[in-house]
Amino acid sequence: MTEATLQTGTFAVFWATLRRDLLLAVRHRAEMVNPLVFFLIAITLIPLGVSPESKTLAAIAPGLIWVMALLATLLSLDGLFRSDFEDGSLEQMLIGPQPLYFTVLAKVMVHWLVTGLPLTLMSPLLGVMLALPSGGYGPLCITLLLGTASMSLIGAVGAALTVALRKGGLLLSLIVMPLYVPVLIFGASAVHNAVLGSVINSQLAVLGAFLALAVVLAPLAAAGALRVSSDG
Amino acid sequence: MAWQWFHRLGSPRWFYEKTQAWLPWLTVVTLTLLIVGTVWGLAFAPVDAKQGNSYRIIYIHVPAAFLALAGYYIMAISGAVGLIWKMKLPYMVMKSAAPIGAALTFISLVTGSIWGKPTWGTWWEWDARITSMLILFFLYLGIMALQQAFHSRDTGDKAGAILALVGTVNIPIIYKSVDWWYTLHQPASIKFVGESTIHASMLYPLLAMVIAFYCFYALVLLLYTRAEILRRESRTQWVSDLVAQQVSSDNKDIPVKGGSTI
Repeated sequence: MTEATLQTGTFAVFWATLRRDLLLAVRHRAEMVNPLVFFLIAITLIPLGVSPESKTLAAIAPGLIWVMALLATLLSLDGLFRSDFEDGSLEQMLIGPQPLYFTVLAKVMVHWLVTGLPLTLMSPLLGVMLALPSGGYGPLCITLLLGTASMSLIGAVGAALTVALRKGGLLLSLIVMPLYVPVLIFGASAVHNAVLGSVINSQLAVLGAFLALAVVLAPLAAAGALRVSSDG
Repeated sequence: MAWQWFHRLGSPRWFYEKTQAWLPWLTVVTLTLLIVGTVWGLAFAPVDAKQGNSYRIIYIHVPAAFLALAGYYIMAISGAVGLIWKMKLPYMVMKSAAPIGAALTFISLVTGSIWGKPTWGTWWEWDARITSMLILFFLYLGIMALQQAFHSRDTGDKAGAILALVGTVNIPIIYKSVDWWYTLHQPASIKFVGESTIHASMLYPLLAMVIAFYCFYALVLLLYTRAEILRRESRTQWVSDLVAQQVSSDNKDIPVKGGSTI
């Protein structure tokens, strides 16, 4: 490695990682679509299993869409560091001179762009399927936008911890789900309250605070976890 | 000089030998407090005006819930100490604290639901405190599962410590979020600042039980950690010496009936 590449700036690495991972995601379109299809199928099961009556569905729609979005995010987390770990590029990132924080942040951003954002964009459609009252659409999109970003960040810690395990998928869900509880509570209750017609500024503020906290802390914890995982 | 004990504490062998002397004392204190607290609470404390005798489960429920939470922080702090100073002993403490904490969380959930049936008329309620305790239980289970998932014990220890630390950030958030969500549980009756809403005749046995549970926790944690030390250091000289000594003294005692092995 020459002197020039060693001195590549932190942000250059950040953008390079972002570009590379986005490109990888676009080349593997099928993997990208899987969480979305899961989201759609799981929501379809609800009217079949619970009740097709629009009144019942409308009452549970905000929570249901949120829970399903959470599960769909969980499903996609396992791949976050897996392929990089297996082909050895993760080790190159670990020994690079640039802070691992920004590399992890870039990878998490890509994860959100290819799962969280499409899930959010798809949620109004599912709202229609579940007869969500009209006041709920805007809040549903805004809370999912903030919430899925937090969930990608928190999930990255779990993904980093389990990356070295061959069958880490189930364990990953087990350790990450309890950490998702606050996001779920505030996200779902904001949509509920919006449907009932009350102001939801406070819930949105809390969700924003979670996101801010997660941006600062989660990549640090994930970077530490990656160093631990790649040791063993 | 004054800090020497702290440095020595990092040595599993020193810890093992030192705590040997504490065990009998701690056992006596724990048993005494447990007996005193139980008898006082169950037999002598007055009957509650509203809840009758059913409130008496408080003498197990509240101390167990206290220790379930405190135990999480003990586990997370020892994990942090292990990560920061790269010592062996804190990881052994952390490994031992996880199942004890999970058990205490489970006890507080079960006693809470037994208490809930006569007072609220339901075994389970999605109330803020209960839900946050249930999630704490899940956090414990996750840490235990993660620790055991790795082939390398070292990696498992460090991964568990990181997860425990992430959980410490989350516990207050969970606690607050479920609190704002929906609540039925009575507010805290014991306050360290200001006047407690619980009568002194009921409070004192409860405090005795809380202290008894703290001693019990310390005792169990010591025993678990000592077992973990022996397991992890089983290839070292001092452990094989210890085992040889134990075996020879056991053999010596067989012909002498009633001889003490200690």
